[in-house]
Amino acid sequence: MDTHPANAGPRPFLWHRTFMNILYYGTIVLCVFFFLLPLLWMLLNALKTPLQIVELPPKLFFMPTLANFENVFSSQNFLQYIYNSLIIAGGSTLLGLVLGLPAAFSIALHKQKKLAVFILVSRMVPGITFLLPLFIMFRNFRMVDTYTSLILSHLLVGLPFIVWVMVPFFESIPRDLMDAARVDGCNVFSTFIRIIIPISMPGVVTGGILSFIFSWNNFMFSIVLASNRTKTVPVAIFNFISYAQIDWGGLMAAAVTITVPVLVITILTQKYVIRGLTAGAVKG
Amino acid sequence: MRMGDWYDRNAFWLLPSGAVIFILMLMIYPLGYTIYNSFTDWSLTHGDKVNFVGFRNYLDIFFRDDRFWGSVGRTIYFTGLAMVVEVILGVLIAVLFDAKDFSGKRVARSIMLMAMMATPVAVAMVWLLIFEPTAGVLNYLFKSSGLEALLGGKQLWITDSSSVIPSLVLIDIWEWTPLIALIVIAGLATLSREPYESAMVDGATPFQIFFRITLPMIAPTIGVAALLRLIDCLKTFDIIYVMTMGGPGYSSETLNIYTYQMSFQYFNFGYASALLVVFLCLVLGISLLVTYLRRGLEL
Repeated sequence: MDTHPANAGPRPFLWHRTFMNILYYGTIVLCVFFFLLPLLWMLLNALKTPLQIVELPPKLFFMPTLANFENVFSSQNFLQYIYNSLIIAGGSTLLGLVLGLPAAFSIALHKQKKLAVFILVSRMVPGITFLLPLFIMFRNFRMVDTYTSLILSHLLVGLPFIVWVMVPFFESIPRDLMDAARVDGCNVFSTFIRIIIPISMPGVVTGGILSFIFSWNNFMFSIVLASNRTKTVPVAIFNFISYAQIDWGGLMAAAVTITVPVLVITILTQKYVIRGLTAGAVKG
Repeated sequence: MRMGDWYDRNAFWLLPSGAVIFILMLMIYPLGYTIYNSFTDWSLTHGDKVNFVGFRNYLDIFFRDDRFWGSVGRTIYFTGLAMVVEVILGVLIAVLFDAKDFSGKRVARSIMLMAMMATPVAVAMVWLLIFEPTAGVLNYLFKSSGLEALLGGKQLWITDSSSVIPSLVLIDIWEWTPLIALIVIAGLATLSREPYESAMVDGATPFQIFFRITLPMIAPTIGVAALLRLIDCLKTFDIIYVMTMGGPGYSSETLNIYTYQMSFQYFNFGYASALLVVFLCLVLGISLLVTYLRRGLEL
């Protein structure tokens, strides 16, 4: 920012630009490192022995070991937890799309403002408001620790989100397209299924991926509603630290195991994920 | 009459009916049930006798519950601190990203996205290790760089009542600044280039350009991003619960954590329901107020 007016001239200006470039890229690199390091730290420590983890100064170069991963998968029912998470995230996403897509389409088509506000306000409501009564209800029906109760509770997050992403998407579809389908003898339902859904695939993918990830990451609903049979991976990891002695290596290995699928999906579908997360925030 | 016509005329309620039934059964009914419970003294620890107590729970919350007021204060402290830093940092990062095209931009954006999408419980675990007072890398860095004295001796991070909330806020900043940055980057990409060109011709400095042109144009987008963060910040649960469970003592117990403990630690369903109603009103009230304020300012 300092241009040193006393030295102003063509040559110092070049120095100034080099300095600004260093400052610019330096800041960017610093930012990127800030966001990357904790994740890198997780991976690094998952590959260390217990002794190496508590060693100071921390070693950046060492002989990596997969022992922590072997421990996690052999001593815990970790595969079962992953399976549970997949069933619950998959189920709630599928149900969210089945219920959410027609609702979003209807809101866009019939300009059902009140319904839209209704669904979107539920995005603001703290999840715990629903959690306590749902826990009591599921307990009365003996449904605690079943896939159904978990899928339904995760739907509380997924459904409003899918509607939130899809309404603007459906609104942007030209009306002529619908009218043309009408002339060809399609009713609202066949238009929706045969024409609207296929051309809305990017939106459907966006809503689906994010709803899946939110469910996979969900902790609060799962820790209350899941027990031995339906325990999801975040709950399983949380239970690791309840033991007196923290096994940092196992903990990091488990953390890596559940985070990697999410990060892989995120990176592969980056365009959609960003679009979904910024939906509604940016005009135009 | 053809079936198709019947479908067409009834599509307005048929299409959203599944979602509406779900919302009625799993959102509206539970909400009503909670409001009803909030007028009772139902507690699992006192057996199954449930008495109607009128507004007593609410009166207790507002006039006799220090733990409630403490948690309200901490919620505001946490949210305020996190929001201010995240918005400033997020906008700065976005402007930096937008200023130039450089190779690796995509990678840098991916990394920010990863911080945001990584499973919060896993994120909490690695920060537990980083914050670890004796074996943690953060204290090691402070010690070896001589900055330790600057921060006043031992850094206990989440194990000390005075530093626990700023430490948790640091994680929230790490996790959610990318959201603000990504939204603002998307917003910046839609801005028209004309004002910039004329400003360059007039010889405006980068600072003038940022404060006089960019910021006013991008303000609505920043507003929405901040609002989204506000709503979620007030409800922060995963990181706090996993790392401290509200401790040490009650020093990181926000409203969400307190309500959770009252519900699932003490099983004090009546009182917890009243807390939930208060919490809900607070979050909805603040969110709607900010939404209307924004709309008012924009007009």
